Amino acid sequence: MSDFTPTEMMTIAAARALTNDDVCFVGIGAPSAACNVARLTHAPDITLIYESGTVGTKPDVLPLSIGDGELCETALFTVSVPEMFRYWLQGGRVTTGFLGGAQIDRFANLNTTVVGDYEHPKVRLPGGGGAPEIASNCGQIFITMALSKRGFVDKLNFITSMGHGEGGNHRERLGMRTKGPTRVITDLCILEPDPVTKELTVVSIHQGVTREQITENCGWPIKFADQVIDTPVPTATELQTLRDINARTKKAHQGDKEAA
Amino acid sequence: MARLTSLAEAISENVNDGDTIALEGFTHLIPYAAGHELIRQGKKDLFLIRMTPDILYDQLIGTGAARGMKFSWGGNPGVGSLHRFRDAVENQWPRPLEIEEHSHAAMANAYEAGAANLPFAMLRGYIGADLPKVNPNIKQVTCPFTGEVLAAVPAIRPDVTIIHALRADRKGNVLLEGIVGVQKEAVLGAKRSIVTVEEIVDELNPPSPNSVVLPSWAVTAVVEVPGGAFPSYAQGYYARSNAFYIAWDEIARDRDTFQKWIEENVMRAGPEDFAKHAKKAA
Repeated sequence: MSDFTPTEMMTIAAARALTNDDVCFVGIGAPSAACNVARLTHAPDITLIYESGTVGTKPDVLPLSIGDGELCETALFTVSVPEMFRYWLQGGRVTTGFLGGAQIDRFANLNTTVVGDYEHPKVRLPGGGGAPEIASNCGQIFITMALSKRGFVDKLNFITSMGHGEGGNHRERLGMRTKGPTRVITDLCILEPDPVTKELTVVSIHQGVTREQITENCGWPIKFADQVIDTPVPTATELQTLRDINARTKKAHQGDKEAA
Repeated sequence: MARLTSLAEAISENVNDGDTIALEGFTHLIPYAAGHELIRQGKKDLFLIRMTPDILYDQLIGTGAARGMKFSWGGNPGVGSLHRFRDAVENQWPRPLEIEEHSHAAMANAYEAGAANLPFAMLRGYIGADLPKVNPNIKQVTCPFTGEVLAAVPAIRPDVTIIHALRADRKGNVLLEGIVGVQKEAVLGAKRSIVTVEEIVDELNPPSPNSVVLPSWAVTAVVEVPGGAFPSYAQGYYARSNAFYIAWDEIARDRDTFQKWIEENVMRAGPEDFAKHAKKAA
């Protein structure tokens, strides 16, 4: 299968990061697509949790919000939001958090709060939502976002959710026992933190993408690991699964247009 | 005991200008009809509390009803920005908006502390994050047993909480099902509460002994407003109008189209206009 878009490659590479045993706290948007492709392909028993309190959900179409009725109707059970954040997330029951973001830096810290000064922002973004505590309380964090100079920046205006902070053992120094971001999946390549410095480093490059393209689209001088592999291209099953769920989703979200 | 009343009376009797007010509902059961009544009655200088401001607070902010807002995620879920919220923060239009920003975990804990009659909530939160630098209401507390330093935020105790629920009986006992969010905590932590419901029935018949029920004696006013959560949804009644959420992006992007929409759909409308949405999915 060679006919696929960079976004499709990104979603499928992100889906592959998940395993059947994961209990995954799902962020909205790209993470939600990846998590459900994983569930519909190689990880049928994965537990997907959305911050609205739905646990073990199996949506047939991708939710537009984190609280669509589809999530509750297909969940094993649904809890209140305080219980979600206290018992399940803070309680350490979630193995993996899957986040997106507006901006990320080389240590996988995320900004979804403001561009510019906090008091007088150039752009006011939505804010952190569940992310600050997802980032610290889940066993590990995967992040997926398209690689661009606007998104992958040298210096964040605001740290909404801490990844590896200033790098090295910064998380440990702040008392965190969780791993933090272990993989960042983009539309051009896959990044992983260097084992020692924790700086995000290219470990896998998608088909047809050059090192120059990656360097040009990153806001800091990006490093490549000693061994960089080619990301396996999407299989026919992966691609069909993703396209089917996207088609069902588009139909469902536009289906109630008359009611609007 | 809760008073069964009209929406206009419930709002005029329980909401004062300047009040701290929470309209809750986590994606599900957002009390739109009640929010529109606040706008119609010209309530002003409100301090709004809500985890996810959503389109409803975009409308309250854009009409100038709010002096401030405490929140944890201010976007149009899956669509993008809340343009009226952004215009208020970035350009002070139609008036400056004081913001107190938290994470979801902190807000959820703070609501629970309010319901539990505690002065503050603690959580293992905000580690390495910048919000504590810009929000003086995020502080630290040291565990007296282990010495662990935890985040502390004040309990949420609104003057008024407004929610939308599925149904109530004629005594004013209220049932919630599905994604129940923080509504129970928000009602129990408030001085006064208004609950709009899809329908008032003879027998509440909670589906389980563990159902989320707010008893009549814990609620101030109950109002029947079928469809009152549109364009959010009521589980088992009607679905979320994702198409409206997508359409709102264009409506709210521009000040004029926003004001025109409010004039037509809020100022010249009433709670009875929500009923058509309830019928649609029946």
